[in-house]
Amino acid sequence: MIEIRNLHVKIADTDTMILNGVDLTVKAGEVAAIMGPNGSGKSTLSYVMAGKEDYEVTEGDILLNGESILEMEPDERAAAGLFLAFQYPVEIPGVPTMNFLKAAMNSQRKARGQDEFTTPEFIKKVKDAAGRLGISMDMLKRSLNTGFSGGEKKRAEILQMSLLEPKFCVMDETDSGLDIDALKVVSDGVNALRSPERAFLVITHYQRLLEHIVPDSVHVLYKGRIIQSGGKELALQLEEQGYADIIAKAA
Amino acid sequence: MNMQTPITHTAAEEALIAALGKVDSVAKEAAARALAGIEKSGLPTRRVEAWHYTDLRNLLRDYPKPPRAIQSEFSSESLVDLPPLVEGYTLGFSNTFHVIGHLAGMPEGLSGTVGEEALTTTHGVPVEADTIGLINAGLAETGVVLAVQAGVKLAEPVILAHTCADETASNLRHSVRFGEGAQATFIERHHSSITGNFQSVVCNLVLEKGAKAVWVIDQELGVETTRLGQLNVELAEDTDLTILILNAGGRLVRQEVHVAVNGENANLAIKGVNLVGNDSHVDVTTTLTHNVPNTVATELFRNVVPGSGKGVFQGQIRVAQPAQKTDAQMACNTLLLSDEADFSAKPELEIFADDVVCAHGATVADIEDEQLFYLRARGIPERDARALLVKAFVEEVFEDFEDTELAGALVDRIESWLDING
Ligand SMILES: Nc1ncnc2c1ncn2[C@@H]1O[C@H](COP(=O)(O)OP(=O)(O)O)[C@@H](O)[C@H]1O
Ligand SMILES: [Mg+2]
Repeated sequence: MIEIRNLHVKIADTDTMILNGVDLTVKAGEVAAIMGPNGSGKSTLSYVMAGKEDYEVTEGDILLNGESILEMEPDERAAAGLFLAFQYPVEIPGVPTMNFLKAAMNSQRKARGQDEFTTPEFIKKVKDAAGRLGISMDMLKRSLNTGFSGGEKKRAEILQMSLLEPKFCVMDETDSGLDIDALKVVSDGVNALRSPERAFLVITHYQRLLEHIVPDSVHVLYKGRIIQSGGKELALQLEEQGYADIIAKAA
Repeated sequence: MNMQTPITHTAAEEALIAALGKVDSVAKEAAARALAGIEKSGLPTRRVEAWHYTDLRNLLRDYPKPPRAIQSEFSSESLVDLPPLVEGYTLGFSNTFHVIGHLAGMPEGLSGTVGEEALTTTHGVPVEADTIGLINAGLAETGVVLAVQAGVKLAEPVILAHTCADETASNLRHSVRFGEGAQATFIERHHSSITGNFQSVVCNLVLEKGAKAVWVIDQELGVETTRLGQLNVELAEDTDLTILILNAGGRLVRQEVHVAVNGENANLAIKGVNLVGNDSHVDVTTTLTHNVPNTVATELFRNVVPGSGKGVFQGQIRVAQPAQKTDAQMACNTLLLSDEADFSAKPELEIFADDVVCAHGATVADIEDEQLFYLRARGIPERDARALLVKAFVEEVFEDFEDTELAGALVDRIESWLDING
C-alpha cells in the first residue's frame, strides 16, 4: 500500500534535516503504529506524506500503490486516497463545516471521474456518519473547527475520514486531548473503517490508544530514523520502560 | 490673504470647467461656485487631507460630455436587462434620462417625483461644500425626490437603477425622506458600459423619529468608469439605519458616507465589501458625527484586492461633547491576494465626550497557508480552496443581515465577481 524508502527531509527554507532515512512499508489491511519522543519527526513525516510545502525531500521516495506521490499536489494525493488526520486541525472561520465536507467529497469524486453527490445523498451520508460518532448536526452548521473543543476537532477529523473513505490513513496523535469516552468513540470509528483494502499509520505517544486500535506493527522513530520495529508488544514494552533503553541500544 | 500662483489645469479639469460653464438650469449658481473652485485651486491632490490617498487631480483622466439624447445600444434596454437583484419598485435612469418606472405605479405609502426638483431639494440635509458635493450640485440634471410616509412599511424594496454608456457623463441627485416610524429598503444600482464613463450620484437621506431603513449601494460599473458617490444622512431619535455598500467595479471610485447622528437611541450600521479590480482605485470615506447621547454605530468593511488594484478606507468618527454613552465600533479588514495589491486604511477618532466606547481595528493579511493546506489536504484544488477562503472572509459582512434574500443576491454578485477576478 505505502512504501517509504530512505526518506530524507529538510525544512524547505533552511538546511535543518528532520528525517534522516526513514524506511517503512505498510501493507493493505495493516495497521502500523509509530511511536517516539517529542520532536523525533512524527508530524513532519505525516506532513511530507500529505504534501505540505514547508518541507523538502532531499533523498528517497514515497510510493502509494507502487507510484511515487512526491510530485503530486496535496489535493491530488487526497483524491488518490491519502488522508491525514491532523494533530492540530485548522480553524477556518466563515466556512460552514457542511459546505466544506461537500466541497471535499465532491472535489475528490470529480478528480476521480465519479459523479458528484446530490445534496440529499450527501446529507444522508453525513447524518449517518455523524450519528455514529456522536456529532450533532448543529455542530456541522458551525464554521469548520472554529471554536470546537479539542475532542470535537478530533471527532470531526474522524468524521471526514469516514466520509472520504481513503485507502491510506495517517493519524497524527488523534488521541491527544481526548478523554476516555471520546477515545472510545474515536477508536470505534477507526476500527469500523478497518478493512483488507485499507491501511493505517497511527502516530501516538501512548500505549492507551493502541489498546483500542490494536496495531499489526509498531515502529519507533527517533531523530528522524526508525530505530526499532516490532509487534504490538513493543508498545507495551515502551510503556513500561520508556524510550531510554531502545535509544541507547540504537546508538 | 493667501497668494496663489495660477495653476495649469489638467485635461479633466478643463473639461469639467467647460461643462460647468454651460449649465443653464436651476443649478446655474451651484455650477458657478464649483467652476470658480476648480479654476482657482484645481481638483484636490494628496496635499488635501481628505483626499490624501485618492489624488483626484492625478487620477481623474477626463470628463466626458453629457449625452444630449438617450444612447442607442446601451440604454433603457440594457437597464431592463440587468440581472435582477431582488424584486422591487424600480425607477431607472439611463445616463440622466428617466427610462423606467411610472410615478403613477408607486407603491402605496411612497410619494414623490422625478426631475429638476431633485436639484434644489435635500429634505433639509445640509450639503457639505466639498468636492463631490459641489461638482454634483453643479452638474446634476435630475434625480428623485421621494418620501416614505409616516408609519408605512414598504413590502418591497425601492430600486434606483442607473446606467451610463458610450463615454458619457451622468450626474444624479436624489433625496429620500423616511417619515416617522416608516420602514423601507432602498437599493442604488449602478452599472455602465466598459467605456470611460463618469458618474456622480449624491443621495440625501433623512430618517425621522423611529424610522427604520436599509440603504444598499450596489456598484457594478464597467472597468473604465469613474464614480464619485456621496450619501448624506441625518438620523433622528430611535432610528435604525443599515447602509450596505458593495463596490465591484469601476476604475476610479470614491464613495463617501456622511452621517449626522442627531437623535438619541439612533442605531447605525455601515457594512461594506470592496472588491478592488486590477488597475482600479476604490475609496470609501465615511464620517460619522455623534451629536447627542446614547447612540450606537458599527462599521465593518471587508476588502479583497486580487491584482494590482489600490483600495482606501477612511473612517472618521466624531463624538461631540454632549454625546455621552456613544458606542462606536469600526473594523476594516483586507485580504491582499497579490504582491502588487495595495490598501490604505485610516481610522480617525475625534472624541470630545468622556463617557464613550469607541474602538477601531484595521488588518491587512493574505490567505493563511495553514488554512489553504488543510483544505487542499482534503482534496479541494488550490483555486477552489482559495475561493472558499476569500468568500468566507467577505461574506462574514452579511452574517446578521436581516433580509436574507437580499443578502443572498449580493453574495451571488460577489461570487460571480470573484469567479472572474479572484
Ligand atoms: N516547519 C518547521 N520549521 C522549523 N522546525 C520544524 C518545522 N517542522 C518541524 N520542525 C522541527 O523538527 C523537529 C521534529 O518535529 P515534529 O515532526 O513536529 O516532531 P514530533 O511530531 O515527533 O513531535 C522538531 O525539532 C521541530 O521543532
Ligand atoms: Mg507531532
